[in-house]
Amino acid sequence: MDSLLREYLAIIVFIGIAVGLAVVIVVASFLVARQRPDAEKLSPYECGFEPFADARAKFDVRFYLVAILFIIFDLEVAFLFPWAVSLGAIGVFGFWSMMLFLFVLTVGFIYEWKKGALEWE
Amino acid sequence: MADFLRNFGLPTVILVAEILAIIVPLLLAVAYLTFAERKVLAAAQLRKGPNVVGPFGLFQPLADGLKLLMKETVIPTGANRGVFIAAPILTFVLSLIAWAVIPFDDGMVIANINVGILYLFAISSLGVYGIIMAGWSSNSKYAFLGALRAAAQMVSYEVSMGFVMVSVLLCVGSLNLSAIVEAQRTVWFALPLLPMFIVFFISTLAETNRSPFDLVEGESELVAGFFVEYSSMTFALFYLGEYANMILMSAMTTVLFLGGWLAPFGWMPFTGALGHVWSMFWFFAKIAFVLFCFLWVRATMPRFRYDQLMRLGWKVFLPLSLFWLVATAGFLVTFGLLPGQG
Repeated sequence: MDSLLREYLAIIVFIGIAVGLAVVIVVASFLVARQRPDAEKLSPYECGFEPFADARAKFDVRFYLVAILFIIFDLEVAFLFPWAVSLGAIGVFGFWSMMLFLFVLTVGFIYEWKKGALEWE
Repeated sequence: MADFLRNFGLPTVILVAEILAIIVPLLLAVAYLTFAERKVLAAAQLRKGPNVVGPFGLFQPLADGLKLLMKETVIPTGANRGVFIAAPILTFVLSLIAWAVIPFDDGMVIANINVGILYLFAISSLGVYGIIMAGWSSNSKYAFLGALRAAAQMVSYEVSMGFVMVSVLLCVGSLNLSAIVEAQRTVWFALPLLPMFIVFFISTLAETNRSPFDLVEGESELVAGFFVEYSSMTFALFYLGEYANMILMSAMTTVLFLGGWLAPFGWMPFTGALGHVWSMFWFFAKIAFVLFCFLWVRATMPRFRYDQLMRLGWKVFLPLSLFWLVATAGFLVTFGLLPGQG
């Protein structure tokens, strides 16, 4: 078999074993331990209160903001990976092209910072 | 049939045996990491720690595991059952499968893929899903808030971790983990990339939701965070996953910055099988040292506030790691030190 494929096959087998192990652990406990559910036990935990509203309520919009910022910068990292590996081959031109890209992103980052998108008060 | 068995059956059996030879010791290491944590914390506070079950309390992790196994699996009425069960399984599986690409010694790796570090980065990013799934499916306010916090915290620090990895790649010119270790024969990257090493270590603390960044659990406000509704073995899977992730992050730190299996100063008195043992000894010793630092930080540092945590991630680590990445690239290009440069 192709040696490259063999390496990935090993990962797939690894995933299979890990999933199997996790399922066995959960099921084993379910079989071994005595299950005696009742209404009080199965209600969501809320420090002695009756839960008085659904947990899926509104939450702070800043979490969305963090997610959006994350996408931008993680994409940037994704672009940097191949660049970093091949920098020896693409030389000075490749270096300055990426610097231009990073400069544009840094301008955006400074804008976010000044707009207060990174504040948590 | 015999031909098929020889070409396909035997390699598969060997592969499965190799994988089990990683998973079983790993789970034992996780069990004894929880024990070591309690002992280190106890020593830091001039207590004795667990010392009743077995000699020096050595059977304590087994007793804990057995107790969890015998507990009832509670699934809250409001929960989405499928997602609720899948979340701990996902967390546990992700913390195990990353080990497929970690090299223990030259050639001693399950899958020596040429994009090893990308694989690690991808797997550690997926960890967020287990937490979000747990928090959302529990349908409990504490779990939900804990999961939101955890997700925001983990993605924030992942960005600077990515930059740190890229700066290591600049010095290596390969995504293969064994190549990264071999590139450190002259000097471990912790020295020339010292600021990045520090950023990486602190980011791994945040990434694994460890103290001082354990606001996710924040027991004084969120009870236990995203896994508040979990019990029995579903809870144990989260716990095992968290500690397996700590060991994984230590292994990553070791591979990227502390020279992997290389002994200090190229000290190699043995050859052959003993040489393998020697290399693996150094690999495990380095992992143990980084893990001790995790515990040490927990015993020493007070918890961060959430705004401080986000400030550190976005306003300190992100600009710092970006700047240092550009500086590293500029230095290597200017002095013609890049790998593969003619």
